[in-house]
Amino acid sequence: MHGLVNCAIQGFVTDTCGQPAWDRVTRTSGTGFARFEVMELYDDHVTARLLGAVERVLGKPLSRILEDIGSWLVASGRPGTVRRLLRFGGEGFEEFLHSLGDLPGRTRLAVEGFDLPLIEVTEVEPHSFRIQLTGTRGFGHVLFGLLHAMADDYGALAVIDQADPVPGGEVLAVRVFQSNYSSGRDFRLGQGRT
Amino acid sequence: MSARPPSRIVLATVATPEAPPAGAAASGPPAAGPSAVAEAASGALPGPGSATPLAPAPLWPEADEPSPAAALASPQRTAGPMDSAEPAPPQPLAVTLEAAALDRLMPMCLVLDRRGVIAHVGPTLAKLLPAGCPGQPLAGMASFRRPYAATTPEEILRSGGRVTLAFGAELPPLRGQAVPLGGGGVLLNLTLGLSVVEEIERRDLAPGDFAHTDLTVELLYMVEAKSAILREGQRLNARLAEAKKAAEVQALTDTLTGLANRRAMEQTLDELLKLGAGFGLLQLDLDFFKQVNDTLGHAAGDHVLQTVGALLRGFTRPGDTVARTGGDEFLLILPGTTDPAQLRAVGERLVEGISHPIDYDGQFCRVAASVGATATAFYDRPDADRMLSDADEALYASKRSGRSQVSLWHPDL
Repeated sequence: MHGLVNCAIQGFVTDTCGQPAWDRVTRTSGTGFARFEVMELYDDHVTARLLGAVERVLGKPLSRILEDIGSWLVASGRPGTVRRLLRFGGEGFEEFLHSLGDLPGRTRLAVEGFDLPLIEVTEVEPHSFRIQLTGTRGFGHVLFGLLHAMADDYGALAVIDQADPVPGGEVLAVRVFQSNYSSGRDFRLGQGRT
Repeated sequence: MSARPPSRIVLATVATPEAPPAGAAASGPPAAGPSAVAEAASGALPGPGSATPLAPAPLWPEADEPSPAAALASPQRTAGPMDSAEPAPPQPLAVTLEAAALDRLMPMCLVLDRRGVIAHVGPTLAKLLPAGCPGQPLAGMASFRRPYAATTPEEILRSGGRVTLAFGAELPPLRGQAVPLGGGGVLLNLTLGLSVVEEIERRDLAPGDFAHTDLTVELLYMVEAKSAILREGQRLNARLAEAKKAAEVQALTDTLTGLANRRAMEQTLDELLKLGAGFGLLQLDLDFFKQVNDTLGHAAGDHVLQTVGALLRGFTRPGDTVARTGGDEFLLILPGTTDPAQLRAVGERLVEGISHPIDYDGQFCRVAASVGATATAFYDRPDADRMLSDADEALYASKRSGRSQVSLWHPDL
């Protein structure tokens, strides 16, 4: 797994539960790593062990932790890069949902070696979206949390459900009730450079 | 149907409320803002806003219905007696666009009439230019860098329609593609190119300012993502540099006392000899150190070593090297101290300082020091191994003579 994934877990645990909790996680995981580098590549089992340790230390089920990570990726301010890059997908929440299909391609362009699972988006009825993920189990939970946070970011009123999975995949259903329910957070194209 | 590829595309009617009734092909659009820019593929202009195919022109034979394909024929071809034997060429399809549709496809388009007067400005281009452009001659507000100094539509279309247009200091030059329009006008589709990265913030442009097919937003995404990665790479480099420095220092430091270690001492020795610098060398051993360890424990022994280390550093100058080279062995390199009397004086001060009992947790630890010294001045050609071995010899002389003293090396030892 790309270091980005392990660093996201590290950032999430450190931000929400503090450094001592993260230290407990790394000790419990027995991976030998105390911290992770964003640009490194690690074995997949490292991530699996890390998540297992997070589950034990935080005392929450894995699905819930993955949702919280998805949410944290967007809502945390540090440094807000993920949220900004996602906002490029569309000016409004529905446009953003349509763009999710491109997300794996886009991230691959930006970060070689970082492969997201296949995402297919269909607007089955006006304002009603079916999002199917093929390939990695668990990412659906992350996306679930992430979409909630993005809806807030855009100021949209939407309901997001986890639908019945299909073989080898996970499915989310999104119903957008109002695109401009609240003002959401500001986003300008030019502000991302420091 | 003719197999000839299309030779010219298009046609557009930029329909605006004040557009005059369409005239014959030869007449250009009026000077004022509204423009009916129509391609005379067939020679007859449709009315403004019309979306119907053109009526067949005198140049082509009549067909029963217009061809469904957007096939086009060269307008220069005139019907002749031989042509009546060929199959009828396809009807040109008039592609008529409302101004709003043209604007969505090419938000940075610029339409000029045959006199070079601005007839229409796309909405994003309008954001970049001063207000009131339509109706102004382009030459009054911009100059062509490519084709150089072009002013008329013919000149503008010279190099295959590739243009670079400079509007002045406020805006980077705009690259673009120019195509001819009926009536002698020109349509330019312009772009900021890479300058968009800077202009986007200055002008507060949003994704909606670019055509849906435009890759500008993708470009900005890439720039931002790669910058973030670059920043992360730079941070990693900085961390690695720090870690490397720390490792290097650690490799040259005795962990317990913080003094230099043997490797550092040897490096310093070699450097000074290479430079030809004069220096004194003192080897110092602690006497009765083993007894401290045996009677009061290793913690006490460690404390003694740390105290002695601090003492030695305190009695020496910043440029001097103080190293712990063995369990209870120390070595000092004193640049510039080559005079035997000075050397002896330093050695005796160290011996005196160490002779005072060291307090460990209420217990008193008594150690003493023996010193053997030499200096570069004692040799014709000073050599590291030789000097170390000679200092060692002198040290043993001190020990044999009762300890707690300094012996200087000399050839007769």
